[in-house]
Amino acid sequence: MKLFKTTLIAAAILGFSTASFAEDAKPLKVGLMLPATGTFAALGTAIENGFKLYTKEQGDKLAGRPIEFVKVDDESDPAKATDNVNKLIKGDNVDVLIGTVHSGVAMAMAKAAKESGTILIVPNAGAQAVTGPMCAPNIFRSSFSNWQPGYAMGEVVAQKGHKKVVTITWKYAAGDESVQGFKDGFTKSGGEVIKELNLPFPNVEFQALLTEIAALKPDAVYTFFAGGGAVKFVKDYKAAGLKDSIPLYGAGFLTDGTLEAQGGDGEGLLTTLHYADKLDNAKDKAFRTAYNDAYKMQPDVYAVQGYDAAQILKVGLDAVQGDVSKKAEFAAAVEAAKFDSPRGEFTLSKAHNPVQDIYLREAKGLENPAVSVASKALADPAKGCSLK
Amino acid sequence: MDLSIFLIQCLNSLQYGLLLFLVAMGLTLIFGIMGVINLAHGSFYMIGAYMAYALSPLVANAFGGGFFSVLVIGLVLAVILGYFLEWAFFSFLYDRDHLQQVLMTYGLILVFEELRSLLVGDDVHGVQPPDFLAGVIPLGDVMTYPVYRLFISAVCLLLALGMYYIFTRTRLGMMIRAGSTNREMVQSLGIDIKLLYRIVFAAGVALAAVAGMISAPVSTVYPGMGGQVLIICFVVVVIGGIGSIRGAFLAAMLIGFVDTFGKVLLPEAAGVLVYVLMALILLWKPDGLFKTS
Repeated sequence: MKLFKTTLIAAAILGFSTASFAEDAKPLKVGLMLPATGTFAALGTAIENGFKLYTKEQGDKLAGRPIEFVKVDDESDPAKATDNVNKLIKGDNVDVLIGTVHSGVAMAMAKAAKESGTILIVPNAGAQAVTGPMCAPNIFRSSFSNWQPGYAMGEVVAQKGHKKVVTITWKYAAGDESVQGFKDGFTKSGGEVIKELNLPFPNVEFQALLTEIAALKPDAVYTFFAGGGAVKFVKDYKAAGLKDSIPLYGAGFLTDGTLEAQGGDGEGLLTTLHYADKLDNAKDKAFRTAYNDAYKMQPDVYAVQGYDAAQILKVGLDAVQGDVSKKAEFAAAVEAAKFDSPRGEFTLSKAHNPVQDIYLREAKGLENPAVSVASKALADPAKGCSLK
Repeated sequence: MDLSIFLIQCLNSLQYGLLLFLVAMGLTLIFGIMGVINLAHGSFYMIGAYMAYALSPLVANAFGGGFFSVLVIGLVLAVILGYFLEWAFFSFLYDRDHLQQVLMTYGLILVFEELRSLLVGDDVHGVQPPDFLAGVIPLGDVMTYPVYRLFISAVCLLLALGMYYIFTRTRLGMMIRAGSTNREMVQSLGIDIKLLYRIVFAAGVALAAVAGMISAPVSTVYPGMGGQVLIICFVVVVIGGIGSIRGAFLAAMLIGFVDTFGKVLLPEAAGVLVYVLMALILLWKPDGLFKTS
């Protein structure tokens, strides 16, 4: 019976696709502008894998159009970003742009997309401006804004009864925005940030500031660091003897993909992010199995963001029957949709940033299982966006 | 800032300064004595750090582990690498202008980064300090200080003294100093200057690699780590006076203090303070604190 059903569905899909193939054989050109080399190379690969996993599930077609990928390595270099994105928009005439990890590069992409009207889906970069002052009907984000995990953590730290907190981060956009989110959430609930410590990006000599924290003796510390800096900060914080006396909280990147390198020093750290390990939902389980089968490794938050970028694209394309020039209808369909993501269900705000649950996670071994939902259906304030 | 915190910050400054000196020492050798602008110095540091990460399990399998056996094997490999690089590339650069040196050593950076990516991947890795140095010393009522950091400082001091002794008190040091002043004259006195330079270069590479290996447990191991170190090393060498070990030592200490206290007292300007210091010193002494020859 089941076999019969699948055959029927397969026949239906086949019939449908051949029919649409006849009327619209023109492939959909998807420009993937992701880092293939440099520090963020692994993140770029995860996003591409996630994206392609979804399109494969759709039979390598979206809205009846076969997909043709055009790939550019953005090297996470903002200096080359404008040239790279113009190559895709003007040179290759892509219908849709997907990218990228680095916020500076993503800003250049948003600027170019805003000018040319090409549909852009940002699968990682959390810069506020993408769905703030730069927001546009044709620009979407499948990941998060830097403000979101910070705000959720601000509420959590206040609930834990901490009154005086010190923040520490790199002095650059992502760090500033994350700390601003934390302050918004924390001070609203009655807390006070007694000092904001900064160091220049990507300096990792933390010892002077750790001594400063020891001198200030706050109730807790909030931090935003990622990659190599996150590993070193967590190890130095522990080595300075602060971990047991002054609890450390952070945006999820502190312990995402860094726990192994932290060698146990990250154990028990509480962080907030829009994805977590061991989420109890069927979609996530199916996604993890399919991803593991296809790529022989476990997916991470970046793979989820890539997968969801493809979902957003499908919803929009279905509404306009694959005609990317109908931008208003594309946007309207995406805004009305509910996305069944491995992270849980989410929608997109008017500014096109995910409205999503932010999880509180606790580092255990090499995983960050969810403890609770820190902030339900949290929307970015989208300051400066005219679409609100 | 009360006294105990002030003293801890002084300790931080000293410790950071010594670490900088350790990394910059190899650069001042190669840049100062051989006159080659070696942008790949940061890569040698990175190679050292990755050796500390990658060799530990291999050495553990072959000899049952041991922090010092990893260090010795890494040192030998670095000397061989340095010797080979001098023979294959750098020996052709002595008579060329600085632009060509910059181009070639920049090319080497790209090659080493790509090789690193192919061989070990792009992930961040942590290296555990050896068990007997893993402890901490309590400082004040909340802070502790890792013993391993003090061990690094001790190694830096020992190396500094050793280098100073070799340069000023031994025949080899005399030949090297003479060679940096007048290559042809030294050669005409019957000294194999080519071999001498090859040894100096290998020593420079080995110093950078040892710095990478020793600092790996505190700095962690990650892509692009060489680039960060390279710039601050050049600042140390330029402030200290090109080719001067004593100058590099003083400059590293100075930067250690300016950077540490700058971060605490003037956080808005922390990123530029070190460079302001460099500009001021160069205005005052255009050749750096101690100019050799």
